[in-house]
Amino acid sequence: MKRFLPLLLCNLIFTIGCAQENTPAIETPTTINYTYETIVDNINIPWGMAFISNNELLVTENSGILYHILNGVKTSVEGLPEIYARGQGGLLDVALHPDFTNNKIIYMTLAATLEGDAGGNTSLYQAKFINQRLEDVKLLYKATPNTKKGQHFGSRIAFDDEGHVYFSVGDRGNRDENPQDITRDGGKIYRLNLDGSIPEDNPFVSNPEAKHAVFSYGHRNPQGMTAHPKTGAIWVNEHGPQGGDEINEIRKGKNFGWPVITYGINYSGTPITDKTSDPNMEQPFYYWVPSIAPSGMAFSTSGIYKEWQDNLFVGSLKFQYLERLVIQGDKVVKREKVLDKIGRVRNVKEGPDGFLYVAIEGKGILKIIPQG
Amino acid sequence: MKILSLCYFILVGALSFHLFQEKTKAQSIKSGAEIYQDFCVQCHMTNGKGVSGVFPPLQASDYLLNNIDLSIAGIKYGLKGKIVVNDEEYEGVMNKQGLDDEEIADVMNYILNQWGNSSEAFITPMHVERVQKSILQ
Repeated sequence: MKRFLPLLLCNLIFTIGCAQENTPAIETPTTINYTYETIVDNINIPWGMAFISNNELLVTENSGILYHILNGVKTSVEGLPEIYARGQGGLLDVALHPDFTNNKIIYMTLAATLEGDAGGNTSLYQAKFINQRLEDVKLLYKATPNTKKGQHFGSRIAFDDEGHVYFSVGDRGNRDENPQDITRDGGKIYRLNLDGSIPEDNPFVSNPEAKHAVFSYGHRNPQGMTAHPKTGAIWVNEHGPQGGDEINEIRKGKNFGWPVITYGINYSGTPITDKTSDPNMEQPFYYWVPSIAPSGMAFSTSGIYKEWQDNLFVGSLKFQYLERLVIQGDKVVKREKVLDKIGRVRNVKEGPDGFLYVAIEGKGILKIIPQG
Repeated sequence: MKILSLCYFILVGALSFHLFQEKTKAQSIKSGAEIYQDFCVQCHMTNGKGVSGVFPPLQASDYLLNNIDLSIAGIKYGLKGKIVVNDEEYEGVMNKQGLDDEEIADVMNYILNQWGNSSEAFITPMHVERVQKSILQ
């Protein structure tokens, strides 16, 4: 037995070592072939951004301001619905209707308390952006019930090419009841038609008890979402518990596992579950151990940046950089820090001009410019 | 009948005493622990140590323990700009969390008396109500 002890110890150390970090390890590049310029500054928490043109965009500030920014000058947009600003709630994402040029319609997610009771939950609104004002403000969806919990409102908005709008709602701090139950809101990705009606082919429409807007479930707190530029599939990143942040490619009616399976643990260090897989649940496309606290998500499609073509970009709130992920086939093969130590990265988008724009908390919006 | 009405008054008296009594410090700390888990732990961490250079520590934090009203104001109105905590500079943003005065008092009592922190002060909702935004300037 004694001679096996060192072997056993080695094995134990190896096992613990494996659980600590997921590959590939994050790299800090030795040569920096880009610089950046500030497009707009002095925004506390720039959550959502939507480009109207190369020099004009809408930016949400989390506490409840919608900025219209033209050539770097910001003005507040009037006519917002009432916003529930508590904990991680507030004004969340903003996105333009695919036919915005003609109809001037925008979408917003925000925390709201509409039923008159205490607390709030995530809602999806539509409005027309006309002369610096919101008009025809229309509620498309409101998650219920309201709760005074401060956590996990989500939320991001994305579109496919088939006339659908997608948005996320986090588990609202109720992981034991919400994410796995399709009759309850929270911990879901939702899909609606662009006018807010329920698509006839949504996965749970035949179940009278279910929330018919639900498209996938078993999510924790998704705060990054974008359509894949080639496949059109909706990609999401979500905050896991400590360890276990995930990238998921969303598929209709699928269960993404939270909190039954996860690679993460509680903040206190205690386990949530001993399961990381289940035959009826989806594995993440990628998971981060340690957690980077991901927010925002964009693919670089323009070819403006050498070697960044088709790479995925995700903001890190915790480590204060923009993460570049190189994907080959169905695997992440390289991860690299961009704009290291820049501040808490809340969002990233590819602008209509093909440049990457990054939203930094306490700062504003930066544009990344290739060099050399 | 006399006994019955006496019983009634004692009961109502006991009930209203129970209902309208201010929280003790211990009760406030207990409620504060729940608020902390819900609103603070993601950044300031379970051990109150925060993340060096990003999220300031609360455990053994000179900023917190020496500036109770500033700390209350930070939670109540949000905090932005440069602060120095235990000789380290922080320049982040903490948005207002939307907590009411009682919740702020509870979480203050919790963080002032956790992780080896200890404070004579007992923060009440009245105290929180009196703290003005102007002290942050």
